[in-house]
Amino acid sequence: MKYTIDEHGYYGKFGGAYIPELLYPNIKELEDNYIRIIESESFKSEFKELLKDYVGRPSPLTYAKRLSEKYNTHIYLKREDVNHTGSHKINNTIGQILLAKALGKKRIIAETGAGQHGVATATVCALMGMQCTVHMGETDVKRQMPNVLRMKMLGATVVPAMSGNRTLKDAGNEAFRDWINNPTETHYLLGSVVGPHPYPDMVARFQAVISEEIQWQLQEKTGNTLPNYVIACIGGGSNAMGAFYHFLEHESVQLIAVEAAGLGVNSGETAASIAKGSIGVIQGAKTMLMQTNDGQIIEPYSISAGLDYPGIGPAHAHFHDIGRTTVLNATDHEALQAAFELTRLEGIIPAIESAHALAALPKIQFTKNDIVVVNISGRGDKDMDTYIANMDTYC
Amino acid sequence: MNRIQQLFTQKQSNILSVYFTAGFPELNSTVRIIKLLQEHGVDMIEIGMPFSDPLADGNVIQHSSTVALRNGMTVSLLFSQLENIRKTVTIPLLLMGYINPVLQYGVEKFCESCKHVGIDGVILPDLPLHEYIKDYKHIFDAYGIQNILLISPQTEEQRIRMIDEHTNAFIYMVSSSSTTGTKSQFSDEQIQYFKRIQSMQLQNPLLVGFGISNTETFKQVCLYTHGAIVGSACIKALEKEGTLEQNISEFVASIKE
Repeated sequence: MKYTIDEHGYYGKFGGAYIPELLYPNIKELEDNYIRIIESESFKSEFKELLKDYVGRPSPLTYAKRLSEKYNTHIYLKREDVNHTGSHKINNTIGQILLAKALGKKRIIAETGAGQHGVATATVCALMGMQCTVHMGETDVKRQMPNVLRMKMLGATVVPAMSGNRTLKDAGNEAFRDWINNPTETHYLLGSVVGPHPYPDMVARFQAVISEEIQWQLQEKTGNTLPNYVIACIGGGSNAMGAFYHFLEHESVQLIAVEAAGLGVNSGETAASIAKGSIGVIQGAKTMLMQTNDGQIIEPYSISAGLDYPGIGPAHAHFHDIGRTTVLNATDHEALQAAFELTRLEGIIPAIESAHALAALPKIQFTKNDIVVVNISGRGDKDMDTYIANMDTYC
Repeated sequence: MNRIQQLFTQKQSNILSVYFTAGFPELNSTVRIIKLLQEHGVDMIEIGMPFSDPLADGNVIQHSSTVALRNGMTVSLLFSQLENIRKTVTIPLLLMGYINPVLQYGVEKFCESCKHVGIDGVILPDLPLHEYIKDYKHIFDAYGIQNILLISPQTEEQRIRMIDEHTNAFIYMVSSSSTTGTKSQFSDEQIQYFKRIQSMQLQNPLLVGFGISNTETFKQVCLYTHGAIVGSACIKALEKEGTLEQNISEFVASIKE
């Protein structure tokens, strides 16, 4: 029970479903049906088959030899970057599109920050022949153009969100508004372990495949299913949730979540919701969020569109609260350094989000026998403009 | 009997409740707008507490919230603006907003401040029934603050009955499945919905909100319910050129004739 939701959809004191009455029937429909559907044999076999034959799972667990030498320990990279569409986001979209189909939905809406979830959603909608609308902050539309074009090519309508800072949070607000206005035939395919119950638990279950694979892959490579550390970046927290899921009960495994510090935790330009946040309600869940004393949500900042969110999944707020995870943070600068380091040492260009997880490596005192798993949540193709702009400084 | 119940005892039809956002268009226009609305015959007022992320609101109210926050509106400031409101205003006053600013202010302190300045009820669209009952109802009750609950065309009968049971003021009936301010005429389907709820014979009066912007829509909902709540149309009127007095006078006339 310590690491899962209670009957009200709470992880400890975090979670719940703070939703307008207008969304109550939608949320209730999901809540009443999601467990039954995703635990049915037909769902399980279709989900498994698509993850294998369409996504290309299992994703490899790569021993990073040169990186390990540099940090004098044993580092394995969980390669969500090689999944179809380029990130872990596809695990959840496959799960939810099957669920939406089972519920008889005709139209899919989603929010996206970096565009990874948007692309993964547009992809499964093309695959299943469903109508797709993706809400994306106008700022992100500009900084993640390749993904916008991919979504359009896949047949999705991309609607720029014009409120707030025009980033991930604002895209989420617009998706919720879209759902309020189109309540019956639309499924909101939420991309992270955030939002009202049952989303955090549902998305966690779909991403859990990451740690399920890490266990047997480590067994094959090291003879032990348990690492000493699992490190993942955290915005809303879906890749971290997936990477931690099967290790939560094994308290010998140190779980490290890395938030985006932006220009620095105390710079005023940050997205570190645990470091700078306090308890409140954002987009349907009680969790840690960055807010003013008056309860207004503070616009976040990070170089990474995928981590540029002022809240965090309620499960992560809880795990941090009870001391199960250690939450670190990495600045834009540290993430860029880590991205170029991985590129030159291992020949892997990570997403700028995943680079935040790698940026934790110099901050932890490993011993030479430690087994460290870093979740490479996505690949860096979408971030080439950012990387090219910083090439002279970091190479 | 609270002021809201008194109102519905005295008047059973054509009730006009108006929403506006505190701190909009000017930081200090709140009290003046309340007085003018009362002077022009509005029956009840919902004072909006602006929030940075108003999920259930359309463009017009979002915009007014952004302006109000930029003007410097906060929950504490609003209560200090309302300190002497009961010296001149007698109609029921409600606060409407989102749960997070209330949580940060402190739910108990919030109810206490409401009681102190003479606020009769609160509408918090993102505080659903079960969370309200679980954690907050006893606090609201202790201070005699009415929590107004919403229903929509998708709300099932059994749930409407449950909401009716937990309400002592009125039920906020959302006219359609939409964010605020997005429709301008009622469809046959919506009329069917008004009739359906009317025929349920609930213990609480019904006020329809979302999509009422002129005499025609106001009259239409008054056929089936006790009255209407108008928000976006008021915000639009407040932003027009001219004095607040003129704008409010014209706005009320545009709804009530």
